[in-house]
Amino acid sequence: MSDFPFLSVLTVAPLVGALVVAVLPRRRPELAKQVALGWSLLVLALSVVMWVTWQTGGDRFQFRESYPWIPNWGVNFTFAADGIALVMLMLIALLVPLVILASWHDAESSKRSVPVYFALLLVLECTMIGVFAAADVFLFYVFFEIMLVPMYFLIGSYGGHQRQYAAVKFFLYSLVGGLFMLAAVIGLWVVGGKTFDWAALSEVDISTGAERWLFLGFFIAFAIKAPFFPFHTWLPDAGGAAPAGAAALLVGVLDKVGTFGLLRYCLPLFPDAAKWFAPWALALGVIGIIYAALLAIGQNDLKRLVSYTSIAHFGFIGVGIFAFTSQAATGAVLYMVNHGLATGLLFLVVGMLVARRGSALISDFGGAGKLVPLLAGVLFFAGLASLALPGTAPFISEFLVLIGTFSVNKPVAVIATLGVILAAAYVLWMVQRTTQGTLNPALTEVEGMKRDLNLREKVVVAPLVALILLLGFYPKPVTDVINPAVQATMQDIGKTDPAPSAGTPQEASR
Amino acid sequence: MMEILAKAPVEPVGAVTYGTAEGLLGSVWLLVAIPLVSAAILLLLGRRADRWGHWLGVASVGVAFLLGLTYFFQLRGLENRSVELSLWDFIAVGDLRVDFGLLFDPLAAVFVLLITGVGFLIHLYAVEYMAHDPGRRRFFAYFNLFVAAMLLLVLGNNYVMLFFGWEGVGLASYLLISFWYVRPAAATAGKKAFLMNRVGDAGLLIGIFIMFATLGTTQYDEVFTGVGSLTATTVLLLGLLLLLGAAGKSGQFPLQAWLPDAMEGPTPVSALIHAATMVTAGVYLIARSNPIFSANSTLQLVVVSIGALTLLLGAVIGMAKDDIKRVLAWSTVSQIGYMFLGVGLGGAAYALAIVHLLAHGFFKANMFLGAGSVMHGMKDQVDIRRFGGLAKYMKITWLTFMAGWLAIIGLPPFSGFFSKEPIIVAAFERDDWTAWLFGMAALLGAGLTAFYMTRLFVLTFHGPARWTEEIDHPHESPKLMTIPLILLAVGSIAAGALMVGPVPEWLEATAGLGGGSEAAHETVLSHLAITILSIGVTVVGAGLAWFLFRRGTATEPQPAGVLVTAARKNLYTDAVNETVFEKPGIFLTRALVYLDNRGIDGLVNALAAGVGGGSGRLRRLQTGFVRSYATTILAGALLVVAAFLAVEAGWLV
Repeated sequence: MSDFPFLSVLTVAPLVGALVVAVLPRRRPELAKQVALGWSLLVLALSVVMWVTWQTGGDRFQFRESYPWIPNWGVNFTFAADGIALVMLMLIALLVPLVILASWHDAESSKRSVPVYFALLLVLECTMIGVFAAADVFLFYVFFEIMLVPMYFLIGSYGGHQRQYAAVKFFLYSLVGGLFMLAAVIGLWVVGGKTFDWAALSEVDISTGAERWLFLGFFIAFAIKAPFFPFHTWLPDAGGAAPAGAAALLVGVLDKVGTFGLLRYCLPLFPDAAKWFAPWALALGVIGIIYAALLAIGQNDLKRLVSYTSIAHFGFIGVGIFAFTSQAATGAVLYMVNHGLATGLLFLVVGMLVARRGSALISDFGGAGKLVPLLAGVLFFAGLASLALPGTAPFISEFLVLIGTFSVNKPVAVIATLGVILAAAYVLWMVQRTTQGTLNPALTEVEGMKRDLNLREKVVVAPLVALILLLGFYPKPVTDVINPAVQATMQDIGKTDPAPSAGTPQEASR
Repeated sequence: MMEILAKAPVEPVGAVTYGTAEGLLGSVWLLVAIPLVSAAILLLLGRRADRWGHWLGVASVGVAFLLGLTYFFQLRGLENRSVELSLWDFIAVGDLRVDFGLLFDPLAAVFVLLITGVGFLIHLYAVEYMAHDPGRRRFFAYFNLFVAAMLLLVLGNNYVMLFFGWEGVGLASYLLISFWYVRPAAATAGKKAFLMNRVGDAGLLIGIFIMFATLGTTQYDEVFTGVGSLTATTVLLLGLLLLLGAAGKSGQFPLQAWLPDAMEGPTPVSALIHAATMVTAGVYLIARSNPIFSANSTLQLVVVSIGALTLLLGAVIGMAKDDIKRVLAWSTVSQIGYMFLGVGLGGAAYALAIVHLLAHGFFKANMFLGAGSVMHGMKDQVDIRRFGGLAKYMKITWLTFMAGWLAIIGLPPFSGFFSKEPIIVAAFERDDWTAWLFGMAALLGAGLTAFYMTRLFVLTFHGPARWTEEIDHPHESPKLMTIPLILLAVGSIAAGALMVGPVPEWLEATAGLGGGSEAAHETVLSHLAITILSIGVTVVGAGLAWFLFRRGTATEPQPAGVLVTAARKNLYTDAVNETVFEKPGIFLTRALVYLDNRGIDGLVNALAAGVGGGSGRLRRLQTGFVRSYATTILAGALLVVAAFLAVEAGWLV
């Protein structure tokens, strides 16, 4: 089974599904939804088979396949996955069917075609899988840019208030970042001996000056995508305007391409430059944690608030990546997965609230727990996961990032820990203003607020809640896959964990 | 004399080893699992469990208590009275190995019995107390969740497990304070509690990071064994951070403000979580970490100072309050101050603090439930100025409350006398002039306690009735509420005398707690003198209060002097928090929101406009978006091709 071309099939399958859904008649939206859902479930099933086939402790890169594309320039369709890519692929395959199910009625309020909406979601899945599965730098770049297109239309055509402004802003930001990366990609091709193969490029020795410029080109693209402070202002607009399902994919997966890119490209290809720039990257990370958390506290729009919390979380991931210890880096990767689950859930639940109320403004709610107790409960749970409460998966990743960073950089770790307090503030205040306190009389007049979660919505949230709890108590299945990849990345940059400062741990009789 | 003043050398604890849990003790995880599963069932089944859910909640804690007793007797029979049970690898990355593991030792055992024993009685009481609340099933779910988390807190075998339980009880506490979430005050109080606790939690977290950075571990045995290899500064820093965590959870200065507000929760919550168990977690943390705290005398001095300051602060504010639950809450703050004083003194006083903690668990739970019983009969009135003469109408509540009152003010032979007085004596045993400082503070606190508790007792149960008009005939509470009261009252009377001998002896097998040298320290005053003094101030305080309030009090707020006004306003601690943290925080947040929208985003937009050839171009981008997107992509693609061709042609290299 390990010879099966998992990665190319996984990439192409959603695209085929998208074409099928797109040609379905516009008058039969239900059929389009069902086909899209079924198709995404097939992709999920295939991913599960891939997960089972994965050999923990085997090669760093598995499922490698390569087909010539533009032989003259050394461009190939090369796919391969390491543990980091594998967990991200699983996350995508899991989130897409849930998002499709959650978005069941989202496109109906728009004047545009319902089947196209679901086709776009599948196109997005194709590009997201491609970008994580690519092992050819040019192929990665192509997916990185194409990924913008379906998201652009999802926001611009199906979004809410100010959707066109948000879509264009999202597009321009990403495009500018992409241009920096394009320049760096070409530069890398030139200095790397005219190849785009990741494995070959990671062996190349680059002069210090060139390495720093190339690093910067990739870094800016990834810092915009992630996004890190101060490149973040597009995300609250995009997250605020996007339909909730698309927003869940945007922050849950699409933005992780940035942090994934740092781990896959910036660190192994430019190890010395990465170390040289690390203090700056750490500074951006830690500023982002505090700054975005404070901004999240001050928001009056639920979706913008969640977007800002994500920027704070990306700060944690950035710190974890640039601390260069195995705990911090594993924490960062685990954070990418857990954040996808937790913030994905948060966005979906917020979407359910907003759809009922017809407004995302927090001041339009108040005391909603009285009307929709179950929905309020899930919102609270997603909030707890967001503030990294022990027992939920994000705690483990945040703990690993912080403890791994502390052993090498105490000020950064201590300031980042203050973000833990702010996280409680933005979550609890949001929960209080939305679901607690005196019932806002306007709410009782809204028809939608009289219905608590229906069966479809329960099916959407239940797997995420279960996974968040399971991985909060027993993260081993995921960390076992991530650990070898992280160790290899640490070797690429030539960093080892510091020994305990008071000597090696004493052998207590355990 | 010089020998007495010379500081006792600080001895590091030797290697700490725990045995493996075998046989029956191998199932000690059931203690956590049973209440947790019960909570999950109650939450998941929803309304379907409304009819019987509360009984499941009660039963799960009852079973946990019986199991706890069984394990306790098992442990007594063991040579090494400390056994570990490693369940699974929780976090394993690089050199970091965190066990999902439990430790059952004498210290954990007494906490298990307190939590499940008192917890069971309070659960039982709550069946009746919450009978008319439509959310009773949800209440019991949260209550069970609390018990599970609290047991995990005291049973963990490393600091991460402790933190796990620590945050779990914080969550349960939040849920239960905000239980009546429709009331804005309850929602705000819950949030305040969670946030102030998080400040302490951040300290605890950084403490854990220090352990890993210096010792490479967070397991209790390895940390305690390694403390000797740490520098004095590291130990001090580590201890202060743990203390910050402890102060947050236990409502000690400067993080005490949340605890009185937590009284917005239902009264059984106040009894179990905010009096008997959770708020003593800070004392547990310090007692558990005694090898760290004993290793640095400056650190101990800080703990003692926090304890002494808080015990006075709580007592002074408690004297000025009129809300029965708030008086009890400030009293809890003050009594935990005594416990901090005890654990800070170190040596044999660790065990004394734990004895006081257990005794307090009984008498304070007793009085909170008594207060609940009074409120039950008085249509939820909480103002003691509106009580009076209730002894006649609520005989059982009156008598059981009296037992609690006598216990807390510490008259012999009630339990407070046996648990509090030894701490006062221990404070006088310090080696330098601070013996006078802390000894007198503890004595003064005893006098103040006698005053405010007597005021509370007299105004509630004696003197003329000052009830509001709608109350004509206060009634005694049903049996399900009075039986727990009676049992807790028995505990309030007897627990102190019964525990003061065996408990310290039992605790000796806990790592580090056996270190108290038996040769009694010299006290600056004779033991007898201290005992006479402490009984003396108690009698004076109680007598004064009885004399002042025997005829009742005015039902309207009275003009007051500077000190009383300050005490009514919580000695301005809330005002300080508001001016220093809250207001600047809100201002900062607003300023940043403005800055982010106008500043950073504006800058980027202007930049984009500049690059794109003026703002007119940007506006056009926003309207004809599809075409412009196509053009930009095309431009990008052309750029790629051009670049490649350039390289191919050799122009760039």
